Amino acid sequence: MSEPVVWLTVFVLSVFVGVEVISKVSSTLHTPLMSGANAIHGVILLGAIIVTAHASGVALAVGLVAIVLAAVNMVGGFMVTDRMLQMFTRKRTPKSTGSAEKGAAA
Amino acid sequence: MSIPVWAQVVYLGCAVAFILALKGLSGPRTARTGNLIGAAAAVVACALPFFYLDDMDNVVLILVAIAVGTAGGAYGARTVQMTQMPQMVALFNGVGGGAAALVALLELDEIAGTGLDLGWFVLAATAFTVFVGSVSFAGSVVTFAKLQELMTSRPVVFPGLAVVFAAALLGGLVLSGLLVAEPAIWAGIVLALVGLAFGLLLVLPVGGADVPIVISLLNAFTGLTVAAGGYVLSNTLLLVAGTLVGASGTFLTLLMARAMGRSVANILFGALKGGSTLGSGEASDRPVKSAGPTDAAIMLGYADRVIIVPGYGLAVAQAQHSLRELVDVLGERDIKVDYAIHPVAGRMPGHMNVLLAEAQVPYEQLKEMDEINGDFKDADVVLVVGANDVVNPAAKTTPGAPIYGMPILNADDAKQIIFMKRSMRPGFAGIENELLFDEKTTLLFGDAKDTMSKLVNAVKAL
Repeated sequence: MSEPVVWLTVFVLSVFVGVEVISKVSSTLHTPLMSGANAIHGVILLGAIIVTAHASGVALAVGLVAIVLAAVNMVGGFMVTDRMLQMFTRKRTPKSTGSAEKGAAA
Repeated sequence: MSIPVWAQVVYLGCAVAFILALKGLSGPRTARTGNLIGAAAAVVACALPFFYLDDMDNVVLILVAIAVGTAGGAYGARTVQMTQMPQMVALFNGVGGGAAALVALLELDEIAGTGLDLGWFVLAATAFTVFVGSVSFAGSVVTFAKLQELMTSRPVVFPGLAVVFAAALLGGLVLSGLLVAEPAIWAGIVLALVGLAFGLLLVLPVGGADVPIVISLLNAFTGLTVAAGGYVLSNTLLLVAGTLVGASGTFLTLLMARAMGRSVANILFGALKGGSTLGSGEASDRPVKSAGPTDAAIMLGYADRVIIVPGYGLAVAQAQHSLRELVDVLGERDIKVDYAIHPVAGRMPGHMNVLLAEAQVPYEQLKEMDEINGDFKDADVVLVVGANDVVNPAAKTTPGAPIYGMPILNADDAKQIIFMKRSMRPGFAGIENELLFDEKTTLLFGDAKDTMSKLVNAVKAL
């Protein structure tokens, strides 16, 4: 197989995986899911680091800007998603035990 | 510069972790763990180059830049109000797209400088990354401005928009072609500028109610941009991660568009064709029936079945805590109360669930649209708080209305409707709501938080 075809294979298979893993998401979680997926593409930070590693002059400046932007995307994205999900779980845990007790009492 | 085998294996591990992260995020119990797995994988992936790149220059500067970005992102993530979540996601997405475009420009500079023949496929991917990344950046900035109300949320159109739009797209394609034929940095820079212009033109004509779909679409765009960037840099992790986000984002966009009864093409290009009649955005002076908190309390307190329709206005007024108190008080009177959550309630899909979770509303009381729509006809009272477009019957009765075809909550089936509103101002879609003038409807004017606490006290006093 020629190089581009190998990459194309990885791409096509990833498309199917990407659709498959989220196909059963409930609409309750749309906002955190979107925010979490958004954070994952922040991994472009990796690319920004690689291209900046040997840059100099204008290219270095541009590379550093790219690193700052990508880091905002990645770190901010994961943190804000966690903040949202924390609220979902915090109230869920005591709630489920609470209703179980109520059910037993009735 | 080839990546050592051990590093490639670690990248593969990170790719698997991203898949697990997405899978975790789509289930309520596993979501938080999923997100943490994704975060850990991202950190590991970004640390790798420091270990395998030979004689890396600029290490200190790179670390400083990472620290600056981390501080900025963390500050935004910690301080943002839950009501402003959609614009935060849009902003994070935009900077990601911008970063990808810059990375591709730098790589193009390198390719042009060394004169290596990498084949047209790599150059085409570079052009794609530069163009779509710029589109995503500019589009997200406009989305942010619309949601933050720095500019009008109504569609912005001007004569000849369709022509300029087509010209920008054509320009992007021609420049991409030039770039593939002859990799030159000037072509890349012009392509980025055209991309920025195209991003503006793409999002400006989109009306406020459709902006959430656009956030999701731009998220998918950035994903695909990162994937193409991964191919340019021969980095499998970027390819897989970007593709995962691109594919799932596209799927999610289609899912949401379906929930709104619209096609993505209609959302993006509806205004271009001039097909939709736009809301006037003005209040009308037709007569309505209004009442005070005491009357509303009597209606609610002596009902058997109450359904609450919360909207974005509730969260803006920070009234969700008082609302929960009201529901608790009604529950003590043995009244069955549920919340009816429209899929696009709030400013992005699923947003209302986040806002009510913040107020610690029990999850079981939140009912999705399909689950509760049949119950409205049995409801004695529907209390609409800060919502508007999601109960607007125009979606069913007025072909040509911007929200026509969007499935709505059947609040108009209830015996009585109480509308808690600050003013007669129309909703985010900018169209008038016939339900306000229905004879079953009573309006309760005032700030949602203030009125809600008065309502709680009035019910307690019954």
